[in-house]
Amino acid sequence: MVKTVPEAENPQIPAEPPAAPAAVSVPTPTVSHPEVVDNAIERPVFETRDLAVRYAGKPAVLGVSLKVPEKEITAFIGPSGCGKSTILRCLDRMNDLIPSATVEGTVLYHGHDLYGPGVDPVQVRKRIGMVFQKPNPFPKSIYENIAFGPRVLGLKGNMDEMVETALRRASLWDDVKDRLKDNAFGMSGGQQQRLCIARALATDPDVLLMDEPCSALDPISTGRIEDLMHELKNSVSIVIVTHNMQQAARVSDRTAFFIVDLDGGEDRRIGRLVEYGPTGRIFTNPHDTRTEEYVTGKFG
Amino acid sequence: MEASSAAGRDTTPGIEEVLGVARRHSGEKVIKAVLFLAAATSVLITLGIVLSLAGETIQFFRDEAVTVGGFLTDANWTPLFKDPEFGVRPLVQGTLVITLIGMLVSVPLGIGTAIYLSEYAPRRVRAFVKPTLELLAGVPTVVFGYFALTFFTPTLLNNILHLDVSVFNGLAGGIIVGVMIIPTVASVAEDAMAAVPSSLREGAYGLGASKRQVSTRVVVPAALSGIVAAIVLGASRAVGETMIVLIAAGQVPTTSVDPRNPMETMTAFIGATGKGDIPTGSTGYKAIFAVGFTLFIITLLINTVAIRFVRRFRQVYD
Repeated sequence: MVKTVPEAENPQIPAEPPAAPAAVSVPTPTVSHPEVVDNAIERPVFETRDLAVRYAGKPAVLGVSLKVPEKEITAFIGPSGCGKSTILRCLDRMNDLIPSATVEGTVLYHGHDLYGPGVDPVQVRKRIGMVFQKPNPFPKSIYENIAFGPRVLGLKGNMDEMVETALRRASLWDDVKDRLKDNAFGMSGGQQQRLCIARALATDPDVLLMDEPCSALDPISTGRIEDLMHELKNSVSIVIVTHNMQQAARVSDRTAFFIVDLDGGEDRRIGRLVEYGPTGRIFTNPHDTRTEEYVTGKFG
Repeated sequence: MEASSAAGRDTTPGIEEVLGVARRHSGEKVIKAVLFLAAATSVLITLGIVLSLAGETIQFFRDEAVTVGGFLTDANWTPLFKDPEFGVRPLVQGTLVITLIGMLVSVPLGIGTAIYLSEYAPRRVRAFVKPTLELLAGVPTVVFGYFALTFFTPTLLNNILHLDVSVFNGLAGGIIVGVMIIPTVASVAEDAMAAVPSSLREGAYGLGASKRQVSTRVVVPAALSGIVAAIVLGASRAVGETMIVLIAAGQVPTTSVDPRNPMETMTAFIGATGKGDIPTGSTGYKAIFAVGFTLFIITLLINTVAIRFVRRFRQVYD
């Protein structure tokens, strides 16, 4: 694994003690193990502090405090239901679209509170791109798919150029340059997902959030997306949620491991952050036994 | 080798028994036949209607007072006069004017309702508006007709808006026909929008689109074929609507397109003449079928164009 991060500064830093329990309607179960979070990052793109999400009052994921570095790839891994996608969706306020979801704690984006008063989620999403689990191109032409973002933002400039730039950045230009007017639904699944990445890049965001972007793709398409991520991280910070541990090991610089905590009983599945640090260390020298069991395939 | 094939033979009767269940499928055949009859009924009825219409229509054109050219081009429709004229144009024009007014009312209101219900309405508002809309769809058209005649025309059009319309007029008929088909348009269009996968909305929101942009630039285009189907269904109902126009628009076949005046549609002529004491077999009687046939052709044209359009723009989502 190529590592661009200085190796674990001080992995032994104890986790920040869980913040004083906020006044919440549902009692917060106590944490059985303190998490091992290596947050020694100088200028984070995102910083979450004691982030929690509840659906209709029921906690889905609690107490997540981590910093996402700039121009690197950060992976969120963990078993189903551990809240990794939920946390990802907090980073561009996509959870606002779910009426029953409430977000507690703090999310700082370049030091600004994303959930502060007067922050418009629509403006937030203009700066932060997102790619979803299943390719979701619009039922329009390839060209119109890419042009959608710039048009929505009212960007001035040469649209043809913007479309070409975005397609080139997603290494899709050569595949589609002769059929820009064709409907995007005629593309293969892998091409559709790269189109969605290009669509997100067209507005030149500084972060790309990817929610299991390869889960619907074959291994070859997956490989192309991973190559693409390596190219892109020179210009954008990437946060990827993945079920696939090998993928996290292959592409990411830092990895956060989440777990489903059953402390509250079977019907109270709560996601928690267990361990966070440089990917190499998480996979070769995890400090938490649960991380070790997961990355060695003992569960999950 | 021998032993194994012998063993294989031993089990054969058992297998035959198992494979013999096909006999039990005779029930399946009965069901299939019954269902086929059900499906065939509508085809047969349509065929019957066309044949009965066509028969009388041919009889109509055999009448010496009638010519095909005159039917299509003459500006007067006076089939029951002593010296009758059979120009269908006033009736077709009346139908088109009333349909146009109806669509001007129902398309913006119906599509607007659909967008609101599908994209904007909070669950509680939706739970109230949808049944109300269905209630509107359940109002008998005769009630709409008298509403137009006794309230809408005198109170709203004349007393409040001072439009100086006749007691019977195309404007009131058209507007109330439009009101009648709002639920049809809204409900079919809303179904189409609800069928747009939410992943498309998420994709658009993720690009920083506002709710309005998501609705107008993603949901509506993605649901376009269904929305067109809604509009066409509404138009078909407007063309075929009889009771409202019969009561509210009057029975004066005219080539004037001023909707403040009385006008007669094809359906109103059929309805009014059919219930009168016109002798069977007379030219006037056959004229009913000729007009009915014309109406049938017009609706067929609308539907054919619509089906082409819908097929062309239909988007299948998996």
